Amino acid sequence: MHNAPKHLVFILAPLVVVFALLPGVYQNHLLLFNFVIFLILAQGVNIIYGFTGYLPFGYVGFFGAGAYGFAIMVMHLHTPAPLAVLVGGGVAVLLGLLLTPLLRLSGAYFAIANLAASLAVLHFVANPALEGITKGPYGVSLTGTFNPTHAYYAAVVVMALTVGAVVYLKNSPFGLALQAVREDAVSASMAGVNIIKMRVIAWLASALVAGLAGGIYAWYVSVFYPDNVFSGEFSIFAIVFALFGGVATITGPIVGVLILYGIYNLIGFTTPQYFQLIYGLLIMGLVLFLPAGLVSLATRRGWHVP
Amino acid sequence: MSPEKSPILEVSKLVKRFGGFHALDGLSFHVVPGEILGLVGPNGSGKTTAINVISGLYAPDGGEVVFDGASSGGVASHKLVHRGINRTFQVPKPFLSLTVRENIQVALAYGGATDAPSIAELLEKYRLKEVADRPAADLNSAQQKMLDLTRALATRPRLLLLDELAAGLNPAELDWIAGRIKALAATGMAIIVVEHLMGFIEQITDRVIVLNAGKEIFEGTLATAVREPQVIEVFLGGEHAH
Repeated sequence: MHNAPKHLVFILAPLVVVFALLPGVYQNHLLLFNFVIFLILAQGVNIIYGFTGYLPFGYVGFFGAGAYGFAIMVMHLHTPAPLAVLVGGGVAVLLGLLLTPLLRLSGAYFAIANLAASLAVLHFVANPALEGITKGPYGVSLTGTFNPTHAYYAAVVVMALTVGAVVYLKNSPFGLALQAVREDAVSASMAGVNIIKMRVIAWLASALVAGLAGGIYAWYVSVFYPDNVFSGEFSIFAIVFALFGGVATITGPIVGVLILYGIYNLIGFTTPQYFQLIYGLLIMGLVLFLPAGLVSLATRRGWHVP
Repeated sequence: MSPEKSPILEVSKLVKRFGGFHALDGLSFHVVPGEILGLVGPNGSGKTTAINVISGLYAPDGGEVVFDGASSGGVASHKLVHRGINRTFQVPKPFLSLTVRENIQVALAYGGATDAPSIAELLEKYRLKEVADRPAADLNSAQQKMLDLTRALATRPRLLLLDELAAGLNPAELDWIAGRIKALAATGMAIIVVEHLMGFIEQITDRVIVLNAGKEIFEGTLATAVREPQVIEVFLGGEHAH
């Protein structure tokens, strides 16, 4: 409980400083931006999966909802970008509220229902009949807000808040209670924990960060189609990165994103013929030998990994 | 136990059905503060179902449960915990990946007790001090049972339901835990014990209720119960009853 300041100083602060300074020395800003977006999404998955056990295969639904929340505010109400990002987060939270009945399901049933829900939102947004509001399948082209530099720093701020939230979960009775619910909901209720309330809070928190990330993504790219911002790759990547590093930790998802997304960018573009093979082997190896993620290499040796 | 005390729990005509099966079929009993009441009966007689209804895991299909003067049937478990009911499980259910200490911390933080015992005291009293910082998954079955018990005690219950806490303990551990349970009752805690070990029941209970097919067939001391033909019949079969 008393490690929060240490985690903020030695994990969160260096991460924020590095990503705040990197654009000055590294030219591929889009790559840096994507790193930050995946750090947010992987930690968002960590909040809902790592701390409560719900595997969100349709996590991208919140991201896309955030992107469209942003776009609609900018297109129709000419809202300033930062405010539109907050609305994007709010739209994702509303979608999360609408989907709370899914939390009655567990395991694969939840994962599949969540995937179906995200596809439903995609097809709702892409419906040509809604062209007047969402531009339907023809995609969004935003004018007047394009500012990748500001969008990048907004992403760094949201990343800081998200990692800060995970530091809180890792160091508070609230986070402990969430993990208790994940481990055994009946026992958690006998410890006095209101399990429904806890699950809903974690679900909405993870929806919020994905929605904010989606809004910032829309701000950064300004031109996108429904298929871009509702692409299943966002969910899969965020889940795989979080699991690869190790969920229910602060550092696991960060390590997962840095290594796997790093490899993806090193070999994914230059030698795509090997990329799928190496990626597949890495993930298989992880599932077979390190189901608790890379950080479990350290925990198995008795080292404490935050 | 002083006879003038008013019951902290009153169960009347409790019914719980699973499909067409009546797990509880009009069960009535009460327990007073400081009393240790034994619930005994053959497998499937409704003992654990009764505990599950009283602790809020199942909503009753009929009848009434009144705890501390207020109806408690069908109230969510965590609210009953805050009102002062807690329990252990037949198969212990700790939070396996959390440490022993963290298991107890959850109950201390969320159990709503204002005068909860300290972690150090619970660890010491229930022989968990040595394993306090180990994941609950590393504990043996007896230790997991004690962890279940400390998780319950951390919420400072006034009614404690123990579901086969003694099963699997060795004789020395049985004596020790019997002493602990009696000490808890001496503080005024009402305790309901579901158990198959009759020696253990005899050692700790003031009174037993014998259940069969979801109904009470006997109420009194265990010594009297074992001479009762109807009780002998449900435990041993008809030919032993006479």
